[in-house]
Amino acid sequence: MINLDRLCRAEWGHLLSSLIRAFGDFDIAEEALQEAFSAAVVDWAEAPPNNPVAWLYGTARHRAIDRIRHRARSQVLLAELAPFDERHLQSTEPDDAVPDERLRLIFTCCHPALAEEARVALTLRTLGGLTTEEIAHAFLVPTSTMAQRLVRAKGKIREAAIPYAIPEAADLPERLSAVMSVLYLIFNEGYAAAQGKELLRRGLSNEAIDLSRLLRALLHARLGSVPPEVDSLLALMLLHDARRETRVAEDGELVLLEEQDRNRWDRSEIEEGCALVRAALARARPGTYALEAAIAAVHAESPSAEATDWAQIAGLYARLLELYPSPVVALNRAVAVAMSEGYAAGLELVNALEQDLSGYHLWHAARADLLRHLDRRAHAIASYQRALELSQNASESRFLARRLAELGAPVTTIPPTVS
Amino acid sequence: MKYLLLIYEAEKRWENGYNPAETAEYGAFGKEFAAQIVGGNALKPTSTATTVRVRDGKRITTDGPFAETKEQLGGYYLVEAADLDEALNMAAKIPGARYGSIEVRPLMIFS
Repeated sequence: MINLDRLCRAEWGHLLSSLIRAFGDFDIAEEALQEAFSAAVVDWAEAPPNNPVAWLYGTARHRAIDRIRHRARSQVLLAELAPFDERHLQSTEPDDAVPDERLRLIFTCCHPALAEEARVALTLRTLGGLTTEEIAHAFLVPTSTMAQRLVRAKGKIREAAIPYAIPEAADLPERLSAVMSVLYLIFNEGYAAAQGKELLRRGLSNEAIDLSRLLRALLHARLGSVPPEVDSLLALMLLHDARRETRVAEDGELVLLEEQDRNRWDRSEIEEGCALVRAALARARPGTYALEAAIAAVHAESPSAEATDWAQIAGLYARLLELYPSPVVALNRAVAVAMSEGYAAGLELVNALEQDLSGYHLWHAARADLLRHLDRRAHAIASYQRALELSQNASESRFLARRLAELGAPVTTIPPTVS
Repeated sequence: MKYLLLIYEAEKRWENGYNPAETAEYGAFGKEFAAQIVGGNALKPTSTATTVRVRDGKRITTDGPFAETKEQLGGYYLVEAADLDEALNMAAKIPGARYGSIEVRPLMIFS
């Protein structure tokens, strides 16, 4: 018995990319492929094919041609279409009958001419094979909103003629970095939902890791090698994902890195991540993903919170700050300095960021923590209060409320409960 | 595909006439893409613009551009390109892209 759901998730992007290449139209390809899967539910119950992928491709192709016949204007296109050898349908060979065009698809879906949220949705729909409902659910928007977003994106691809092509060598670094930022965005959406009820929306993080693995494999097949930043991105995701189980307590409260149970960190993800980032660092000057992955690796390889090499982490943040000057990176560096050189030194650096970050709840939380360590209780309470007012994440709010309670302060803002 | 490349810039830069070095750059751009440029023009500043609207059959004429913006439409090229990437690469080479913005719009084809 063939598991159609699993086959759909595994082969959707591959089949879709090939159909888009053949028919030059996202909508025709998607509708035809959906019909092929529906037909499979009925037909395969009686006679399962030898090669399911080729069967789906052949069937979708027929459906697409039917659709095009209905559109008089597209007749020219039919003539250009390369013939499909029907013998593939019953072949027992692997899927070489269906060309893999997913690398083109990635670059089209992550094209900078599309809005960022559209790139994310389109990538998950076409390459990840998620349904519109699933994506809408993951991003906490109504299905109709997500459907509209996808329709608009596909409309722009068609109307503005966004190419279905792997960028030329000169444009490749810039376009690849656009792809990577989409994947990282998906990962982060899954890892720490800004406004969600749960801190972890595991599905999206997994999806981003799978897509990053796919990107590596496709680039390797096409270019013969993988740019180090792509390896670093995967390493970064794996090293964060390894801590997934320990980031939130059973009652839904955020658990700080120092307090996480390191025995429950995923060792195989850590090993893979560390190996990837080491190889990337040996090959090239580190980019932002490599530096962030290196920081995560230092944490992951430290046997205990106390043994953390904070001086090395502070140094890595300083280098990251040179490449990517951002107040949030500066805040992270300040915390690392506090841990390696002393709370007072850290507080001075944190205070210097007030102008940029006074509206950011984690600035107040970090400041509150340092004030608490320096025994400045009243100031610490005021800062935790402000952090709590600004926090939009239930897990973080509970954590902040607990800190306040520990300091003997009344909690003026009632944190949202985690259900 | 035909695309209109609309050049938006702070027209203050042109208050005292065109910069000859930049004008030469526009000349070079025109030469480089001669095969693809279908048309193009520079526009006089928005101080010369007049806006017309017809409401309830009545014509309303006002002085100035339709909206006051930080950057103004100062010129355009109509180009032929295989796809958006090719059009964007041309747009990035217009000298005005370094000072203002180039809006790239595909043309509507009525058949």
